[in-house]
Amino acid sequence: MIEIERLTKYYGPHAAVDDVSMFVPAGSITAIVGTSGSGKSTLMRMVNRLVDPTSGHVQIDGRDTTEFPVHELRRHIGYAIQNHGLFPHRTVAQNIATVPRLLGWTRSRIAARVEELLILFQLDPGEFADRRPHELSGGQQQRVGVARALAAEPKLLLMDEPFGALDPIIRAKAQDDLKKIQRKLGTTILLVTHDMEEAIRLGDRIAVMDHGRLLQYAPPAEILIHPATDFVGDLIGTEDRPFRLLSLETAAAAIEPGEAGGPAIAAEATLREALAALIWSGRRAAPVTDAEGRPLGRLVLQSLIERAARPS
Amino acid sequence: MRAYLPLAVRLGVLALLILYLVRPQTFAPALSLLTEPGQPPIYDRADVLSLTLSHLTTVFIAISAATIVGVGLAILVTRPIGEEFLPLSRSIVNIGQTFPPVAVLALAVPIVGFGEAPTLIALFLYGLLPIFENALTGLSRVNPAVLDAARGMGMTETERLWQVDLPLALPVILEGIRLSVAIGLSTATIGSTVAAKGLGEVIIAGLSSNNLAFIVQGGVVVAVVAVLIYDGLSGVERLVARRAGTVLQEES
Ligand SMILES: Nc1ncnc2c1ncn2[C@@H]1O[C@H](COP(=O)(O)OP(=O)(O)O)[C@@H](O)[C@H]1O
Ligand SMILES: [Mg+2]
Repeated sequence: MIEIERLTKYYGPHAAVDDVSMFVPAGSITAIVGTSGSGKSTLMRMVNRLVDPTSGHVQIDGRDTTEFPVHELRRHIGYAIQNHGLFPHRTVAQNIATVPRLLGWTRSRIAARVEELLILFQLDPGEFADRRPHELSGGQQQRVGVARALAAEPKLLLMDEPFGALDPIIRAKAQDDLKKIQRKLGTTILLVTHDMEEAIRLGDRIAVMDHGRLLQYAPPAEILIHPATDFVGDLIGTEDRPFRLLSLETAAAAIEPGEAGGPAIAAEATLREALAALIWSGRRAAPVTDAEGRPLGRLVLQSLIERAARPS
Repeated sequence: MRAYLPLAVRLGVLALLILYLVRPQTFAPALSLLTEPGQPPIYDRADVLSLTLSHLTTVFIAISAATIVGVGLAILVTRPIGEEFLPLSRSIVNIGQTFPPVAVLALAVPIVGFGEAPTLIALFLYGLLPIFENALTGLSRVNPAVLDAARGMGMTETERLWQVDLPLALPVILEGIRLSVAIGLSTATIGSTVAAKGLGEVIIAGLSSNNLAFIVQGGVVVAVVAVLIYDGLSGVERLVARRAGTVLQEES
């Protein structure tokens, strides 16, 4: 849980972050979104004190961040960045072990933790532990970067455009994996992105920033349905809005009784994916099945279209 | 000089050097072609092996000191506390280079006397600039994302210096040391003019007695030693660069 209180940062006469207050609940993902230069990184970097605020306070789990020596504070907050910042002279295992080593964990505990994380991030320890970062693909480097950030089991993870350097297909997979891992570990994540799509996909709440100010801070559906300003509306993109709204729910939420022909849609697919499948195959309805393939009912095209309409 | 000498050539040159240093008379027939009648073809006033070792020792001491001071200074001025001394330290180190080596010797002799000391001072001053400049480049060119990650994960300044900055700057630092060693090996020959023991003695003896064979053997030994050491250090550097992962990182 993070409480940001009237946080302001001036560079010269220019406010990079201007009087921002927000509350980030424990165990959730908050996406900070905005155009380049809007102050997202500066806001995030004031949480682990990589940037000193001009005024205002940050509390983590009820304690002011200035109560701790700065390196102690940072060792208990995960930190992952766009170009992963992996140490090129260290192996994958040594990179992941960085913070546990700084914290003085025993060798055996570090080794066990490294192995556990490699497996969690789908990197075979036998194959990857002793590689150097330059011997990995971009997607693998990014996963090692996040694994390293989670190594010391932080309750809070800060991520600054962590998927920015990935191509779209790998990025989508990395986003899904992050969400799964976050649900499993219950980590509180504060994530900076300039991509509204990513914010909607990942965020339990979205903070929209512009010129250092926090324009709107709300769950994705609220932002899509009631954008606080024209700027927020522009950021969402009007032509994509119905589809983004549909992407917030899974097929399970729209099941109706009855049967339908053709290939089935998985219950955990988003409604956006389901709509695309229906349109593409020219069907008015499709069967829905659970993970084991058991029939659950059907999805009806007309109901999906109605769900995508702006609620009154 | 960076060109890749095949291993066989290196080993052959090294073998010839060692042969000359332990059995110089082997080369007497060849070198006598360069002498006037009655002149000795092989330098005989001192043991060339011990002159070579003194020469190397002088360079080693001077460059070690230059490394400690140069790298130390570069570390200092790339930390937040030393930042303001960056321009000052640059100009001090540059001044060391603007004096010609002979002038340094001439100025040092009245202060420290004849012998090794003035040579050490000259070599130290000449070695300092390449080492300092390279260390500065290496330390200030570490990938900003890597530094940001190191700070963000909670490394203290000291931990970062030893675990990140220095290992990543090491290949560039070694390059500076290699340049200084090469300059030092050749500059040390003039130390013999102020009575430092070294290979310059052979050349000076050749000049004063008009013995071309002495000049050639002194000059060639200095050159061969310099090339072999330079080449060996280049190899070490490539190895370290590969281990630091910096070679591929710069290319990507
Ligand atoms: N260290 C700094 N010194 C001066 N200006 C800065 C510094 N860091 C950021 N800024 C300025 O603050 C503003 C916000 O930057 P930043 O937080 O990095 O934006 P974002 O992450 O949203 O792209 C920009 O105008 C940027 O130029
Ligand atoms: Mg940014």
